[in-house]
Amino acid sequence: MDDIIRQWQDAVVAAQSPLRLCGGDSKSFYGEPSLGELFDTRAYRGVIDYEPSELVVTARCGTPLAELEAALADHGQMLAFEPPHFGAGATLGGCIATGLSGPRRASAGAARDFVLGTTLLDGSGRVLRFGGQVMKNVAGFDVSRLLVGSLGTLGLIAEVSLKVLPLPGMEVTLQLAMNECEAHIALARWIGENRPISASCWYDGVLSLRLSGATTAIAPARERIGGEVLASGEQFWREVREQQHFFFSGDAPLWRISLPALAAPLNLPGATLIEWFGAQRWVRGSAEIGPDALRARVAALGGHATLFRDSLPGVQRFQSLSPALQTVHARLKAAFDPRGIFNPGRMYAGL
Amino acid sequence: MIQQHHDPRFAAVDGAAVLAALRPCVAADALLHTTEEMRPYECDGLAAFRQLPLAVVLPANEAEVQAVVRTCHQLGVPVVARGAGTGLSGGAMPHPHGVVLSLAKMKSILSIDPAARMAVVQPGVRNLAISEAAAEYGLYYAPDPSSQIACSIGGNVAENSGGVHCLKYGLTVNNVLRLRVVNIDGEIMEIGSGGLDAAGYDLLALMIGSEGLLGIVTEVTVRLLPRPQKAQVILASFDDVQKAGDAVASIIAAGIVPAGLEMMDKPTTAAVEPFVNAGYDLDAEAILLCESDGTEEEVAADIAAMTAVLEKAGAKQIRVSRDEAERLKFWAGRKAAFPAVGRISPDYYCMDGTIPRKRLGEMLKAIAAMESKYRLRCCNVFHAGDGNLHPLILFDANVPGEFERTEAFGTEILELSVKLGGSITGEHGVGVEKIDAMCSQFDADSLAAFHRVKTAFDPDGLLNPGKAVPTLHRCAEFGRMHVHGGQLSHPDLPRF
Repeated sequence: MDDIIRQWQDAVVAAQSPLRLCGGDSKSFYGEPSLGELFDTRAYRGVIDYEPSELVVTARCGTPLAELEAALADHGQMLAFEPPHFGAGATLGGCIATGLSGPRRASAGAARDFVLGTTLLDGSGRVLRFGGQVMKNVAGFDVSRLLVGSLGTLGLIAEVSLKVLPLPGMEVTLQLAMNECEAHIALARWIGENRPISASCWYDGVLSLRLSGATTAIAPARERIGGEVLASGEQFWREVREQQHFFFSGDAPLWRISLPALAAPLNLPGATLIEWFGAQRWVRGSAEIGPDALRARVAALGGHATLFRDSLPGVQRFQSLSPALQTVHARLKAAFDPRGIFNPGRMYAGL
Repeated sequence: MIQQHHDPRFAAVDGAAVLAALRPCVAADALLHTTEEMRPYECDGLAAFRQLPLAVVLPANEAEVQAVVRTCHQLGVPVVARGAGTGLSGGAMPHPHGVVLSLAKMKSILSIDPAARMAVVQPGVRNLAISEAAAEYGLYYAPDPSSQIACSIGGNVAENSGGVHCLKYGLTVNNVLRLRVVNIDGEIMEIGSGGLDAAGYDLLALMIGSEGLLGIVTEVTVRLLPRPQKAQVILASFDDVQKAGDAVASIIAAGIVPAGLEMMDKPTTAAVEPFVNAGYDLDAEAILLCESDGTEEEVAADIAAMTAVLEKAGAKQIRVSRDEAERLKFWAGRKAAFPAVGRISPDYYCMDGTIPRKRLGEMLKAIAAMESKYRLRCCNVFHAGDGNLHPLILFDANVPGEFERTEAFGTEILELSVKLGGSITGEHGVGVEKIDAMCSQFDADSLAAFHRVKTAFDPDGLLNPGKAVPTLHRCAEFGRMHVHGGQLSHPDLPRF
C-alpha cells in the first residue's frame, strides 16, 4: 500500500479530535461550516489507470480536476457530468465528496451515475474497497455511490474509478426569448422529440440551449428549434457552471432548489436562473418568503432546497430529513465513522 | 435439489404463532401455508436451490406490507421479498423459518406523466409493461433485462438489473428517481425525490441492488426516455477472437457509444444457428453485433463510422440490417443463446463475471485451457460493450464427477475475473449462488463494512438473511447457476 495512505491510516487512528478534510479548498463554502483540524488530501494525487478504450479512469483524491479533465481531453473524452470546479485548485476528491454536477447533468447524468468504484479510508483507519473498474458490477452494496455527495462525513475518499464518455463531435448554443413557462413547455417538447439538447439555462426571459452530438444530428435540431446562435457558447456554459454568470454576483444568499423539471414557476421575489431542463433552479434572496416557508413550498412540489452560498443565521444548509431517514443517516455515519472523526456537522448537526 | 444451511438463530420461530399473527394482516386467500400452495415459491430462476418457507403472504397494498413487516419484526421472523421470481442467483429463495413477502399483487401503474417523462408504478409491475404503457406517448423504460416480459420492477430495483443497452442507457440505478420503501420497523421511507437529487446521503443508490436486505420497495418512480426513431445493427464476423475483442476496443476508442455491443464465440453460434436461422457465419471464430439507435442522421453516422472501424479491425464479413425484421433476426440468435446451448448439452452452468474489455483475449485463452484441464466444453457469450461475460459450461450431471469438475471450472473463471480487475457478478446478483465468491472479491474489512450497512437498516438481520453478503467465517468456496436439462424455472424466457 502507498506510504501516504499508511501515514493517513496512522493519523486517523491517532486522531483524538475531528479532522476537517480539504483538497483544493474550492468548495469549503458548501455545506455547514466544518470544525476540526485541517487534513490536506492533496498529497495523494495522480491518475492510477486510464485506458480510453475501456471508458474508465481511476485516480487519487488529490488529483487536480483540471489535470484529470485535460488527460481525458487528450483522448477525446470527458467527465460527462461536467463538474463545477469553483476554484483553480479543485480536486477529484472534493468533486466526488460534494457530488456536484454541471450543465450536462440533466442529459448525461450526475456525478453519482459515473462513479464505478471507490477506495475509502474509514473512521477507524481501515482501507475499504467498493465497486470496481467495470461498468457492470452488482457484487455488494453500492457504497461507492453512497459516498458521492456525503461531504466527507463517512470517510476519506482516497481513490475513485469513473466512467468517462467521448467528447461530443460538435456543440452549438442557441438562445431564444421566452418566459419561464414557455421555456419549460418548449424544452419538454424538444426533449420528447429526442433532440440532442445537452444543457439548458433560462434567465431573465432568455432560454439558452446547448446542442451536442454528431454534426449530422445537430443540423436538423437547429432548424427545428430556431433562435440565435451564441458564438461564445463555450464561455457561457463555463460561466454558468462556475457561477461566474452575472446572476451569481452580489451578496444575496444563493438557494439551490431541486424540483421536478415541470414544477410550476415558484414566482419568488428574488432573481431566478433555471438549469437542467427545469430541475435545478437557483434563487437569490428569499428574505420575503422566509427559509421555512420556501422549504415547505418546495417540499410540497416534490423537491428540496439547499442554502448553497452565504449563511443565514439559524438556517441549516440542507433540507431536513424525515425521522426514519435521520435514523438511517445516523447509523450509517456510525457504521463508517463511529468516533465522529471526519467532517462532523458538515452535512447536518450531529452527523 | 440443494437446500441451504441456515443461521440456527431462527430455529425457535413458532410457525403456528406466526401464521396466527399474520392472518389479520392480509386477506384470507393472500396467506399461503400448505406445502402444495407454497411449492411455486420454493425457488426463483435458480431452480437448483429450493426451500419451502414457513408461509407466503401476498399483500394487496402498502399498508398490508407494513402490517406484515411489523408482525414479522415483532416475532423475529425473517422476511424474504419476492417479485416475479425470475432472478438467477437465488436472491428470492425462501428461508425455512421465514415468510416470503410476494409483491405480485401490487401491480398497478399508478401514473405516467408524458411531459415529465416519468412513471410511478407498484413493485409488481412487469418491466416490459412499463414500456408498453408508455408506448402511446412515444416513451419507454430503458433497462431491458432478458427476462423483461416477466420480471418485475421491484425485482429490478433489488438486483440493479441491466440488459443489452446498459453501455448507453445505464442500469436500473441510473433510471430510477424515487422509491417508497417499508423499513423493518414498518415505517415508510421516501428515498430520492421528484427532482434529480435529494437531500442527505444517496440512499437511492444504496437501496438499488441491495437484494432485499435493506427494505421492502412498495413504489417506484422511473425515468422514461423518448423512443429512438430508428435502430440498426451490424453483424460482423471475425476469424480470430482476439481480433473481435480488439474491434470492440477500437469502436469505443473511436468515440462511439453503441446502443448494444455483443459477442458470441464459434461454439455458441454453432449452437444457436440451427435453432434460429439468423444467418450467422458459421466459419467465424467470433461474431459481433453492434447496434446504433437515435435519429435517422445519428444512426447513419454511427453505422458508417462503426463499419469503417470493423473493416479496419479485419472483419471478414460485415452485414448491416436492412430493415426492422432483419435487425430482429440478427438479434434472435444472441437472445436464444442460452436455450440453444441447453439443447446441445444435458446441463450447463452460466457464469456472470465482468472483466475489463481489454482482458477479453486473455480470459478466453484461459477458458480454452480450462476446457482441456477439466475436460468440459464452454460456450462464451459476452456483453462486450460493458465487459460482462457469460461463459456457459456444458456438462452432464449424470456422468459421475462432471458436476464437481464444472464447479471447479466455474470457480476458476470467477477467480480469474476478479484477478483481471473485474467482478464475480455483472447483473445476476449474489443471492445465495455467489455468496462464497464474494470472499474472493472483497477483503474482510470491506465485507464487515457491508454488514454494518445492513445493520444500519435492519439491526436484527431479518430482511433476507443469509443472502448477498457472506459472514466472515463462511468464506470458503464458490457456487453458481446449475441448469438441468435446460430447465430453468422459466424456460420460456430468453436468457442473455
